[in-house]
Amino acid sequence: MFTAKEFSQPKTIEEAYHILVSRRNNTVIGGSAFLRMSSKKIGTAIDLSKLELNEIKEQNEYIEIGAYATFRDIETSPLLRNHFNGVLPNAVKNIIGIQFRNIVTVGASVFSKYGFSDFITALLALDTEVELYKAGRMSLEDFLKRPFERDILTRVLIKKNQRQASYQHLRNSISDYPILNVAASNLDNHWILVVGARPQRAQIARKASKALSEHFSFDDLDQIAALAAEELAFGTNERGTANYRQAMCKVLVKRAITEVLQCK
Amino acid sequence: MQIEIILNGNKVTYDVKNDEFLADTLRAHGISSVRKGCNTTCCGLCTIWIDEKPVLSCAALSIRANGKRITTMEGLQKESEEFAQVLVAEGSEQCGFCSPGFIMTVIAMKRELKNPTEEEILHYLTGNLCRCTGYMGQLRAIKKYLGVM
Ligand SMILES: Cc1cc2nc3c(=O)[nH]c(=O)nc-3n(C[C@H](O)[C@H](O)[C@H](O)COP(=O)(O)OP(=O)(O)OC[C@H]3O[C@@H](n4cnc5c(N)ncnc54)[C@H](O)[C@@H]3O)c2cc1C
Ligand code: FES
Ligand code: FES
Repeated sequence: MFTAKEFSQPKTIEEAYHILVSRRNNTVIGGSAFLRMSSKKIGTAIDLSKLELNEIKEQNEYIEIGAYATFRDIETSPLLRNHFNGVLPNAVKNIIGIQFRNIVTVGASVFSKYGFSDFITALLALDTEVELYKAGRMSLEDFLKRPFERDILTRVLIKKNQRQASYQHLRNSISDYPILNVAASNLDNHWILVVGARPQRAQIARKASKALSEHFSFDDLDQIAALAAEELAFGTNERGTANYRQAMCKVLVKRAITEVLQCK
Repeated sequence: MQIEIILNGNKVTYDVKNDEFLADTLRAHGISSVRKGCNTTCCGLCTIWIDEKPVLSCAALSIRANGKRITTMEGLQKESEEFAQVLVAEGSEQCGFCSPGFIMTVIAMKRELKNPTEEEILHYLTGNLCRCTGYMGQLRAIKKYLGVM
């Protein structure tokens, strides 16, 4: 379990960042569910709950999700249920249980770039940007490629459009970590296929997405799925081997594309 | 640091450490319905409500509860007795170790969902593990309790 010498609830994001960078072991806390499994010796635990970062808002062009929104907020948000075929609520609804999802936060989950993340895989299939206090705003894809830097993730912004998406996952049992997860989305024949929990972090299958966007008929489904499984790297851990993941990738990709095609 | 919370309707003040979790704070103050099973956020046994929402007290920092309403089974005596009687009548409890967390979640569900389907009931309860019953008796009891046979 972690220990914390001090606890601070800054009133501004500037103050929060200043505390974060003023000592190496100062740490932002989200829901603390993941942190509590570590033995980190925290100097000052920085709680962002006074910064009003817990809302999910509809703006003109974007849906904005505050870093302190919980996964249960994502799951029950009417706004997110009514957009993108409900892909975000679907992606988080199998993570442990409701009592857990009432605690864990969006900002921590995205900032930590967990390989197994259900949420990141679904977000990456949408037109998603993240806002960091220091590094500013960038696409989620760029953010995932950057090396870790001390910063505070303040918001996730998703372009509000008619993109239809599907989220598929494979688990040994509901509420366990995913063995593999896949998201697919389509907007005017611009497809995005994402595979996560490989067990490495989610990545867009570029070649398969391009092939799908250029030309698609149902007869090509097997070929597209095979392309996605070939172009990405898979690894082995206690939940599954690389070969198993690669084989199952084809199945999940086909299911995801089929569901998107059925969206009105 | 000192925190002031409304615990089961009563204002209380506790001294807590920066890295202390509510499950420990509440137990240290005699709230014995709150138990830890896994202590890794996986079993649901430690479920309490913060501002009416069910949360895992093994992962909720006490210091952040300052100013909030905390509810445990001690504060829901009438409702939990009512449900416990249905559990017993349906033969759905064995060792009973999982019951406090399970009961807190069922009562939260009763307040949150109107006429839930079997699928919704099962989904709401995925975070509560029971190592004895196999869940079928519990599902029967919940349906009876909610009147959604
Ligand atoms: C037992 C267990 C099982 C899980 N299973 C799954 C699963 O199946 N699928 C899945 O997708 N996820 C799973 N997760 C991960 C979970 O969904 C959360 O992503 C994770 O707990 C982090 O969220 P938190 O709010 O608890 O973060 P915390 O534990 O509070 O923080 C995690 C890290 O993020 C940093 N941080 C927090 N907020 C910010 C911010 N705004 N900006 C910058 N840094 C920040 C913290 O400093 C820390 O390093 C699981 C977690 C646990 C503990
Ligand atoms: S003790 Fe909290 S979830 Fe198991
Ligand atoms: S009755 Fe024994 S763990 Fe549930």
